[in-house]
Amino acid sequence: MVRFLLNRLLMLVPTFMGVTLASFAFIRLIPGDPVELLVGERGIDPARHAQLLHDLGFDRPLWEQYLGFLGNVLSGDLGKSIVTKQPVLDEFLTLFPATIELSVCALIIALVIGLPAGIVAGVRRGSAFDHSVMTVSLTGYSMPIFWSGLMLIILFSGILQWTPVSGRISALFWVEPVTGFMLIDSLLSDEKGSFASAASHLVLPSIVLATIPLAVIARQTRSAMLEVLSEDYVRTARAKGLSPFRVIGLHALRNALIPVVTVIGLQVGVLLAGAILTETIFSWPGVGKWLVDSIFRRDYPSVQSGLLLIASMVMLVNLFVDLLYGLINPRIRHAR
Amino acid sequence: MKRMHLAAAVGLAVSIGLATGAHAKTLVYCSEGSPEGFNPSLYTSGTTFDASSRNVFNRLVEFERGTTKIVPGLAESWDVSSDGLAYTFRLRKGVKFHTTKGFTPTRDFNADDVLYSFDRQRDPDHPYFKVSGGQYEYFNSMDMPNLIKAVEKVDDNTVKFVLNVPEAPFIANMGMDFASILSAEYADAMMKAGTPEKVDLDPVGTGPFQLVAYQKDSQIRFKAHPDYWAGKAKIDNLIFSITQDASVRYQKLKAGECHVMPYPNPADIEAMKNDSDINLLEQEGLNVGYLAFNTEKKPFTDKRVRQALNMAVNKQAIIDVVFQGAGKAATNPIPPTIWSYNGAVKDYPYDVAKAKKLLADAGVSGLKTNIWAMPVQRPYNPNARRMAELIQADWAKVGVEAEIVSFEWGEYLKRSKLGEHDTVLLGWTGDNGDPDNFLFVLLGCEAAKDSANRARWCHKPFDDLLVQAKRTADVAKRTKLYEEAQVVFKEEAPWITIAHSVVFKPVRKEVIDFKIDPFGGHVFYGVDIKG
Repeated sequence: MVRFLLNRLLMLVPTFMGVTLASFAFIRLIPGDPVELLVGERGIDPARHAQLLHDLGFDRPLWEQYLGFLGNVLSGDLGKSIVTKQPVLDEFLTLFPATIELSVCALIIALVIGLPAGIVAGVRRGSAFDHSVMTVSLTGYSMPIFWSGLMLIILFSGILQWTPVSGRISALFWVEPVTGFMLIDSLLSDEKGSFASAASHLVLPSIVLATIPLAVIARQTRSAMLEVLSEDYVRTARAKGLSPFRVIGLHALRNALIPVVTVIGLQVGVLLAGAILTETIFSWPGVGKWLVDSIFRRDYPSVQSGLLLIASMVMLVNLFVDLLYGLINPRIRHAR
Repeated sequence: MKRMHLAAAVGLAVSIGLATGAHAKTLVYCSEGSPEGFNPSLYTSGTTFDASSRNVFNRLVEFERGTTKIVPGLAESWDVSSDGLAYTFRLRKGVKFHTTKGFTPTRDFNADDVLYSFDRQRDPDHPYFKVSGGQYEYFNSMDMPNLIKAVEKVDDNTVKFVLNVPEAPFIANMGMDFASILSAEYADAMMKAGTPEKVDLDPVGTGPFQLVAYQKDSQIRFKAHPDYWAGKAKIDNLIFSITQDASVRYQKLKAGECHVMPYPNPADIEAMKNDSDINLLEQEGLNVGYLAFNTEKKPFTDKRVRQALNMAVNKQAIIDVVFQGAGKAATNPIPPTIWSYNGAVKDYPYDVAKAKKLLADAGVSGLKTNIWAMPVQRPYNPNARRMAELIQADWAKVGVEAEIVSFEWGEYLKRSKLGEHDTVLLGWTGDNGDPDNFLFVLLGCEAAKDSANRARWCHKPFDDLLVQAKRTADVAKRTKLYEEAQVVFKEEAPWITIAHSVVFKPVRKEVIDFKIDPFGGHVFYGVDIKG
């Protein structure tokens, strides 16, 4: 197991280097001059333009800029935003809890609904339930988030007025950030009613963000169940007279979960990507929205370091999933 | 989980101690984005100005709310020397700075604060010059470093600005965001504490509201400055609820989660007009959208060609289709809300036959050209691509074949500045309400070489009028000169003046006396709320 872990960790090194290069190159491949965007129609004279590029270090050769970025990253310095002049890491850490809170809620919704739905659909293959799960999940998977988000806002916040429109908490509450997680912070604060407000603000964005992972998890669970249920050992278990609950819950599910866990791990990346759109629609102050703003402003330091941080997060989650995979299926850790 | 009604929420806000007193009033403004910081001299965006200069700081002179009229601010009065080179400001006494968590002022506002605020931006040796990146692009783009020779403290309550050349718009510049007055005492204290950047993050001003708390991308909370020199604001708390999407802002306004919202979607305007909870305010914007001919390239060097292409464009169709009625056809390069607007100037009529004849007279046939269309939505042009398509179709009717070109916004600005275009769509929103801010900046000879003058048009008779107008402080004389300049402009036709857009501002019915700021800002001093 230790060797397996070391192996996986070693593999992270080249991936990490690749990610630094990709995040550095990505924003520079898009045309656009950060200085021109800073001043807009007003314009700037060429000498001052050159001076600003020099001050920001963008006039140096690209390889030199990349090595500087890499060196700084390895020493823990992720640079400062050229727009707000604040350290990128500080901004990221202020906003990241909001993204995690939203993603975790979405993932919980996706798991709580997706797994049982997938299992039941698999077990009752061809039933009306199976067909409805497949249809609903296909619809969920194909609906663009910005559209479903707006529709839900109009229906639940506009017409029915069940949920607040956007944000993390009503503008009239002020919850001092302690952990950055609004649900926890509102419990810690003495502002009465703030927890209920925070929770109600989470409902719509979590549902919207959960749609795609939910659909993927339900479909993956269903097909994994179908495959496992046709295996000999399941037939044997049934023949032995075990209760259907034991056959499915103990024998089939454990094996069916292996590909499902992988898919769940991959959904973390999907969730972070989806968070970008969800956060923009629901004015959710997380890193997704921040990254989009930074891209539009060609804020090179924020984009490259922000991407690196998010990619590192996804890498770590996938590492964790790999380890979990080994735990579920002993053959995997022995094989390596 | 039923949504909290605003009135109930306001009551709640009182109970949770947002402000003391029995009837604290809270106004929620659904702002469109996070400010870049809280020192307006470091930035150029309106979002930042709303959260700083327009509500937290004052300037020596101010614009009367809802107008472009200059009124005394932190300066009670001022004199201009006869040669137009020295401006002496007599400062208001007894003006208090905000007391915040991190700073308690020990003195009132005085000349040292004015010196600090300007020297920081103009003197590279000033200890604060490089703090927070040290980019003062608004100050620089208004050419202030070359204009101001010295800022002198005459006594504690008098400051003298000495200029290198006479510049009549200078007084209007003093009302602009970058000219906001910060506390020198606070700056000294922060420098001693080793945290100079706090000056730009935790602002201390003299304005009607002071910052209480800020959470990036979420909300900004202000409370009324209790000792504001012009009298305490009518609302006690001001909250910016940051909401980027225009449709979502509208939903929040409808749900009563905010009272005022900026930049509505043109598609929502009709519904807003019919909403009984909402007052839809509207005002002609201080802007102009135009198409500039590159007058250095043939055949646009010939004014007959420029006139012909003016006549070939059906402006009313553009107003109807692109602006969906939220715009007025422009005749002059300055909007009618600016003083010295020449109402006697007649626009080119839409006349295809005459346009064809003019082109033939100029010996132009089978002309192939391009129209550059901006990739972004701007206040003066909600859809440049569509506008370009309409112009393209109009020009085709007079035998001119135009290709539509577009680039990423930063690239677009850069390349058009270098004159790579044949014709380019762009526009301008005024900074200070002075005609010079449109005419000289966008059409003067100084700006014709790789700068804001996208027509690259340098016409001596026109430029002389502008320079003369700059040199005199007499408004009546300046008005005559600018009126004349507009006549020359129309005859020479370096642009097709397209439209001045109409600005819409939806506010809830309970909001009293909110006024649209012609400069596009959001000013909450003087605004009240029912209940």
